[in-house]
Amino acid sequence: MLLGRTANGLYWMNRYIERAENMARLVDAGLRMALTRTQNASEEWNSVLLSAGSDYAFSQKYQDYTAANVSDFLLRDTSNPSSTMSSIETARNNARMVRTALTRETWESINEAWMSLKRMLARPIDERDLPTVLDAIKRETALIRGSFYGTMLRNEIFDFSQLGTYVERADNTARILDVKYYVLLPSLSWVGSTLDNYQWESILRSVSAHRSYRWVYEADYKPTNIADYLILNVRMPRSLTFCYRFLGEHLKFLADDYGERHACHATAEKIQALLKRGSIKDIFDHGLHEFLAEFIRDNTRLGDEIAQDYRFH
Amino acid sequence: MAAFDEMLPEVSGLRRPYEAYDRWLKEQDPARLTQKMQDAERVFRKTGITFAVYGEQEASERLIPFDIVPRILSGQEWRRLTQGIEQRVQALNAFLDDIYHRQEILRAGRVPRELVAKNEAFLPEMIGVRPPAGVYTHIIGVDIVRISENEFYVLEDNARTPSGVSYMLENRETMMQLFPELFQKIKVRPVENYPQLLRQSLAAVRPQSAKGAPTIAVLTPGSYNSAYFEHAFLADQMGVQLVEGQDLRVVDGHVAMRTTEGYKQIDVLYRRVDDAFLDPLTFRPDSALGVPGIMDVYRAGNITIANAPGTGIADDKAIYSYMPEIVEFYTGRKAILGNIPTWRCSEPDSLKYVLEHISELVVKEVHGSGGYGMLVGPAATKKECQEFAKKLQAKPSNYIAQPTLALSTCPILTEKGLSPRHVDLRPYVLVSDRIQIVPGGLTRVALKQGSLVVNSSQGGGTKDTWVLDD
Repeated sequence: MLLGRTANGLYWMNRYIERAENMARLVDAGLRMALTRTQNASEEWNSVLLSAGSDYAFSQKYQDYTAANVSDFLLRDTSNPSSTMSSIETARNNARMVRTALTRETWESINEAWMSLKRMLARPIDERDLPTVLDAIKRETALIRGSFYGTMLRNEIFDFSQLGTYVERADNTARILDVKYYVLLPSLSWVGSTLDNYQWESILRSVSAHRSYRWVYEADYKPTNIADYLILNVRMPRSLTFCYRFLGEHLKFLADDYGERHACHATAEKIQALLKRGSIKDIFDHGLHEFLAEFIRDNTRLGDEIAQDYRFH
Repeated sequence: MAAFDEMLPEVSGLRRPYEAYDRWLKEQDPARLTQKMQDAERVFRKTGITFAVYGEQEASERLIPFDIVPRILSGQEWRRLTQGIEQRVQALNAFLDDIYHRQEILRAGRVPRELVAKNEAFLPEMIGVRPPAGVYTHIIGVDIVRISENEFYVLEDNARTPSGVSYMLENRETMMQLFPELFQKIKVRPVENYPQLLRQSLAAVRPQSAKGAPTIAVLTPGSYNSAYFEHAFLADQMGVQLVEGQDLRVVDGHVAMRTTEGYKQIDVLYRRVDDAFLDPLTFRPDSALGVPGIMDVYRAGNITIANAPGTGIADDKAIYSYMPEIVEFYTGRKAILGNIPTWRCSEPDSLKYVLEHISELVVKEVHGSGGYGMLVGPAATKKECQEFAKKLQAKPSNYIAQPTLALSTCPILTEKGLSPRHVDLRPYVLVSDRIQIVPGGLTRVALKQGSLVVNSSQGGGTKDTWVLDD
């Protein structure tokens, strides 16, 4: 038996842990781009903000799209509810609320991540320290994930947590692709220029897949392969298909446990079917942007339905 | 004023309960002990054992300082204490039942009627209501002070929602982690089964309508409450749900919680929410912490609320001064544990005395708690005394006064070695069809040298409390 409020807390706790890490990864990719390209760095930072869904809020506060401004806004600004610091804080508040549903190890890893990041992000980050800070954020979230997977019972508590993780992750991957979809379009250039190569690598880097890509595909970056990898690959842990494989699985566990199916089950199956049926060529033919925009909408709807079906409020 | 030191009294030398510990302590490297002290703090911070301090934005989560020198009681001392506590707890429950039914003690003139009738803690809504199994106050924390080898006094009966038991448990846990070898050498009676006893105790007082194993839940005001850690801790250790008012509603004459599968009935609610917030339909209408209609369910006998609403009348500081009479009235025997002599400022003679001797006395608000709103005469400046006297004269019935007692001391570890500090003791008592007291309790210690205020909100710390298995 699980309280609706607790399920809600678990779901958001995990969304925010995922988000805290995604922010670090986006800044990491942006930093890389800014380092390797001399021109148009501000454009790159702009797309980082777009992927983070924070462009508007940023523009209310800053004029210049610089590394210092963007990383400050995405990592440590507590007025930005999606910044790493805000996310970790929200994740911890939720963890505190659902404390009785967590193992001691999981709670402590979240609490320690909060303590150490609070300390680390207390003052503006010196640009020279940025890589160290990004590493620390990834390490803290990895520790949380490790203690979570290592110690939690695979019951409904686990299911609701995983739903949060994968809804957030799917949203994040889809947004990264959508912000950069034009550089993946075949009409622009089939033969990638150096410029495109940077762009492509940046996409992969923002989902920590620039190395694993080469294990799966050939050494060269090809836009269709990149799109295929991030959308359809079943084994790639941040692909849309991978996320929906697990969303489907955990929703099914809940349906079996409770003996009841809801609207969210139908929605998840619809999205899964779409991902299963299509080849990357179909998606490009249909329009990559249209596909992604629809996916983001459906994914958001799934989140709302889960909240409603399982009485989060 | 020379205080009695529980480890090393000046007159008689090292006391027996501390002999084995003292031997061990003398073998320890001071640097290692200092290290252990820091380890303890890290353990507490890591596990999030913190409390919120109202009105302090910056340090909104603080640790209650923990001292690594245990407070040790012999088995014999403990047995004497528990007899006194049991008697007192029986009397408290009998008093509550009487006050909300026949009011014999008022008719007999042993407690003034207006003291009860006009008391905010007395709930007219409870008149004629008999809680499931007839228990009013299920969980009690009796604050006890000691002033000499054989003199123990009750300072306060916490009969509403006593807190701190999680510290008792975590203190022991921490001590066992830091000094496992000590527990091999010295046989200390265990306290860690408290959550289990609490659960059994709550299950035993379930309403008759509960079929089979009762569903138990802990009701918390929420994660921003200063004692939230404890609420979560107890729910977790008991393996029951931790609920907030927003999770609950009345469904078909029962209190039910909103789960992922719909509403599920609750039979026993261990509430850590004050009476006034329990039911907006009966008490404070602006309360969002309670459950609308829960009092109707309660009156119908369909839920156990622990502690029962209205138990505050028994630990009210004005009622406290009548405890010797109350104990004798219901148990037919003299109170084993004495009260601290108390002047009720509502009585003109007492008020006169208190005003004349204010610089020697401790003056407390009748309804205050947590060390707020009190004056410790000997530690106060002349100006503070004068200002307090004005408040006292404005509303005398709001105050009681007690002599400044030389609370016993127990050493704490400081940078300069052991140093005595004043302590008190809060054992936890569970009442169902029987009375159970976990051997030990929470020892609170005033960390400032000479200070008599042990409350955590006022710079107090805690110690592990040992009852020897001898």
